[in-house]
Amino acid sequence: MTAVVARNIGVAKAVEYGQAIAAAAIGIGAWELICRWLDVPVWLLPAPSRIWTATLELVPVLPMHTLATLWAIVGGFLLAIAAAVPIAVAVVYSPLARRVLYPPLLMLQSVPKVAVAPLLLIWLGYGMHSNIVIAASIAFFPIVINTATGLEAVEAELLDLTRSFGSGPFKVFWKVRLPSAMPFFFSSLKVAITFAVIGAVVAEFIGGDKGLGYLILSSSGAMNTAAMFGVLVIMSVVGIACFYAVVAAERVLCPWYMPT
Amino acid sequence: MSRVAMMKRAQTPVVPDAAASKSLISLQGVTKDYLVRSGGTVTALSDVNLDIRENEFVTLVGPSGCGKSTVLKIIGGIIPISRGRVLFQDRPVEKPSREIGMVFQRPILLPWRSVLDNVLFPIEMLGWPVEAHREQAQRLLRLVGLEGFERALPQELSGGMQQRVSICRALVYDPKLMLMDEPFGALDAMTREELSIELLRIWNERKKTVVFVTHSIMEAVLLADRVVVMTARPGRIVLDLPIGLPRPRTIDMEFTPEFKAYADVVRDAIYSSKKG
Repeated sequence: MTAVVARNIGVAKAVEYGQAIAAAAIGIGAWELICRWLDVPVWLLPAPSRIWTATLELVPVLPMHTLATLWAIVGGFLLAIAAAVPIAVAVVYSPLARRVLYPPLLMLQSVPKVAVAPLLLIWLGYGMHSNIVIAASIAFFPIVINTATGLEAVEAELLDLTRSFGSGPFKVFWKVRLPSAMPFFFSSLKVAITFAVIGAVVAEFIGGDKGLGYLILSSSGAMNTAAMFGVLVIMSVVGIACFYAVVAAERVLCPWYMPT
Repeated sequence: MSRVAMMKRAQTPVVPDAAASKSLISLQGVTKDYLVRSGGTVTALSDVNLDIRENEFVTLVGPSGCGKSTVLKIIGGIIPISRGRVLFQDRPVEKPSREIGMVFQRPILLPWRSVLDNVLFPIEMLGWPVEAHREQAQRLLRLVGLEGFERALPQELSGGMQQRVSICRALVYDPKLMLMDEPFGALDAMTREELSIELLRIWNERKKTVVFVTHSIMEAVLLADRVVVMTARPGRIVLDLPIGLPRPRTIDMEFTPEFKAYADVVRDAIYSSKKG
């Protein structure tokens, strides 16, 4: 009985996926046909088949560029966490830190990071480390705000209880505040990882000789629109993979929290 | 009518010097003023005098805004008073103490901890050996009918079950005094009655002093040795009524004339002071 139900659910799932894949196939097929029938110039809108061959030509250099971008994303993401979490803790525990740190943080946040990136390049020089810093600078802000909010989101009554037990602040932080903040922390990480992808690509746009951003720019210089599309697809795959890595970490580290 | 008059006579305040040594909690001329944003002060409590003896079950009843929760928080050492004295075991109350257990309107369990680990939370925070108290925690969960749910997460339980867990959490470190702030206020009527009777059973099994805040007159009479009625603006005590109903109490008692007479006295005290 349950086996039958399980199999039916499996079949239903397969049908759902099949529908999605079929729709995508129809869309790509229509794109291909329109490009061929209307004779759209390849530099304007290449047909999927042209994108495929152009991407195949990139295969020898793709792993190197993809890894460079991935490294900038992951490095920037981790650097952002390392910088943001201590600041969030300081802001929650010290009114002085809040007064001193929040206004400049808010000011910095209102400056478009993309516009600051060239300045960072002047200060830090070209290379992976500045790509990481640029990615981190964009990913940083949502983590600070959300983590601080999460650390403060503990019910007043619960804190009254811990006071009645005479527990020290470190214990309250470790046993109550930090776990309470986890869902907030992870929802900020999901924003931060997509920001880190943007940051890494922007950094490669403005100065670099490696990475998927650089590859798009150089393909654009060569009017190789088909290659640009191919790199865009790979970039999306990298971004989606990073996002789901964070989702997987959330499932493992706070299984009690079911995001809707 | 004569019964009511008789009971009203019975509410003579406890003779201060006779009770002084025996009372666990003593509020003497407690006044609480709050600063409001406009710059003035609002008197939340005015000259509250209350003595609670050991193992007594006292309910505080009154309309919202009468300061009954404020009285509870003052006894618990959570908020300071403006004037007067608060004594717990003959010592002034200054901060929350491990001798006092608290149950709130919401269960406020830790969602990442299992039921058993939630009950053991106070032990961990107090720095006591957790292993040595595991048995005790399991016994308490059995006592409230949650055997078999030890490893469940709070979100997997109903509201009533969660509140049972929070009662276990307040009992696990065996405090002398339990402060309960409308613990059944957020539950449906049936669960509420069920838990009231269960609370009395627990209280009977392991004697404790309980101060229980509610806005339900029936609940107040059903549970209490003494019903203390408060009214608002400013919050003050207008009636201190010993309840002579036999124990163990049952839900059926709510339909007896004695119960109704007590409830009427309480209701009168609330509404007559409201009018005048």
